[in-house]
Amino acid sequence: MSAVEHPVPRRETRDRFGFLRRSYAMLIKEFIQLKRDRVSFAMIVMLPVMQLMLFGYAINTTPRHLPSAVLLQEDSDLARSILKALENTAYFRFLYEVHDVDDFDNLLKSGKVLFGVEIPRGFERAVRRGDRPALLVAADATDPVAASAAIGSLGMVVQTALKHDLYIGAPPEMPFEIRAHARYNPAASSSLNIVPGLVGTILTMTMLIFTALSVTREVERGTMESLLSMPIKPVEVMLGKIVPYVLVGFIQAFLIISIGVGLFGVPVLGNLFLLALLSTLFITTNLSIGYTISTLVQNQLQAMQMSMMFFLPSILLSGFMFPFAGMPAWAQYLGEALPLTHYLRIVRAIMLKGATMENLRFDTLALAALMLLAMTIAVTRFRRTLD
Amino acid sequence: MNGGNGIAIDVKGLTKSFGGREVVHDLSMQVKRGSIYGFLGPNGSGKTTTIRILCGLLTPDSGEGTCLGYDIRRDAEKIKRKVGYMTQRFSLYQDLSVRENLEFVARLYGLPDARGAARDMIKRLGLSGREEQLAGELSGGWKQRLALGACTLPNPQLLLLDEPTAGVDPKARRDFWNEIHALAAEGLTVLVSTHYMDEAERCHEIAYIAYGNLLAHGTVEEVIAKSALTTYTVTGETLNELAAALTGKPGIDMVAPFGTSLHVSGRDVAALEASIAPWRAKDGLHWQKSPPSLEDVFIELMGRSKDNFQ
Repeated sequence: MSAVEHPVPRRETRDRFGFLRRSYAMLIKEFIQLKRDRVSFAMIVMLPVMQLMLFGYAINTTPRHLPSAVLLQEDSDLARSILKALENTAYFRFLYEVHDVDDFDNLLKSGKVLFGVEIPRGFERAVRRGDRPALLVAADATDPVAASAAIGSLGMVVQTALKHDLYIGAPPEMPFEIRAHARYNPAASSSLNIVPGLVGTILTMTMLIFTALSVTREVERGTMESLLSMPIKPVEVMLGKIVPYVLVGFIQAFLIISIGVGLFGVPVLGNLFLLALLSTLFITTNLSIGYTISTLVQNQLQAMQMSMMFFLPSILLSGFMFPFAGMPAWAQYLGEALPLTHYLRIVRAIMLKGATMENLRFDTLALAALMLLAMTIAVTRFRRTLD
Repeated sequence: MNGGNGIAIDVKGLTKSFGGREVVHDLSMQVKRGSIYGFLGPNGSGKTTTIRILCGLLTPDSGEGTCLGYDIRRDAEKIKRKVGYMTQRFSLYQDLSVRENLEFVARLYGLPDARGAARDMIKRLGLSGREEQLAGELSGGWKQRLALGACTLPNPQLLLLDEPTAGVDPKARRDFWNEIHALAAEGLTVLVSTHYMDEAERCHEIAYIAYGNLLAHGTVEEVIAKSALTTYTVTGETLNELAAALTGKPGIDMVAPFGTSLHVSGRDVAALEASIAPWRAKDGLHWQKSPPSLEDVFIELMGRSKDNFQ
């Protein structure tokens, strides 16, 4: 061996350990940096906990306590029994009792109820005569998952409940006919549900990130210092940073809706102008929230992480992936605080139900309130000095 | 008003701490209108913090004063309109062109003809032909000129320049200083922080700040005269050994090599001369008593302030 003549230089042996030593040096450095980055550190814990809580507790694909209405055209004992029976199944919760067809339709259209039962005039008498009258059930099928489970349960539930009321013993057959009507989406096509939902989801994601990075980018590049030394007010900075992206968001919304209509055959039954107007409101709300994030964080990585923290519950709790009505009350309250929840109702209602401004007043106001709240936080949080 | 005619900056007792560490301590200063005021001191001495307080980017913990006659606490927004602040780090938009950057500043300050103002400034800066170049692609010297142009665009009355020539070549530095003198001649007040002694000597007045304390101020001659420093310049061979031998001897505050010579300085003349006596007669060494340079004075001040404040 030539090893005797050319002894292995010491450097080479050192290098073999050098690989480990250098990797170790890098590893120590990364750990120190991670430890200093409190937000990232928090995110490591928060994200899995949040996901588990949401998936484990909040999400339930079998909806319970669906907000429902009854169109009562006769006030009979039998009618009351049927309603009671329905409510006892825990599928339905009757919030409204109306006597007028238009009121009934509007409740469904505005999304205040997802389910409606119509008891026609002369119902009880027809049952007693054995005429098998029709009990009309209307379900909002813009979310087919939520609607189908409830519709499926109807027949049996009612039958069981009626045992005690009409006859001694079980009736040989149903004394009346249940005629279920899956409104707005009779074929239970899921693309009808998903495409309008995607408009909101995609807009949330892109709009948030655009503005979430805007202030941190200026701080990181050092341009914030000279910007602050110039006579510009926090509101002016905010408006200047938000407005260009309203246009970007608008183009994006237009694209998604066009593809939805063109390729997936999703109808736009309502007013396009109203859809555009409320979409602009939603876009601005998201931009303001993104901007607020950028005033709260210290660097672009934190901004991305915080956007994720906002985006995740938006997807899970808004009714995009899972039926809103299936969630427990606390999750529904959380959901109400998210702009996507309100926009989903708006966009589904306008596209699939042909809803008008009248029907959407609550969700519009909620969006506007969230926008103003975000803007107020952003403007007060924006530091005018480097203190 | 005390800031009315003669005085551009008049502050008293400024103090500012970050996280319990006092960065500026009881600082008072006055800057005459139309003068170039040099701000010197070691890194981390509080120069940038003081400048940021003056232009309203930081609020002092205590102390008061006026900048261009406006209260530095209450009237920060008014001060911002009349002050041009050039940050230490290049802070124009790297992804905007020269022209777009200037137009942005012009619009922010509400100049009536933003495009025209930007065009004129490009001409003045000698950047014609490069107006569409991205600011991030300019060389260091041009970036500094552009940054200065952006600060002066809204016709400020006071310029605050934080180490404007750091990392810029000597020719570009000289051009930059010629421009500053031209601006001062037009009546602008300039407060400029720097590490370069030759730049300090081009200022009308200088102030030396270390560890948050203003240690000396006045014209260059006044600062040197006030220092009471005695300096001997030694030339010859074996200077390295001499330096090693003298360092730390009584009366010798500072031994600093300058190329082929050695500066030996101290405040206590008698002790200094006693210490160097054994080497004065040595062959091959030529001793000469000389006035201290500004740098000698500053390094000595820095050493002394370290004893006093740290």
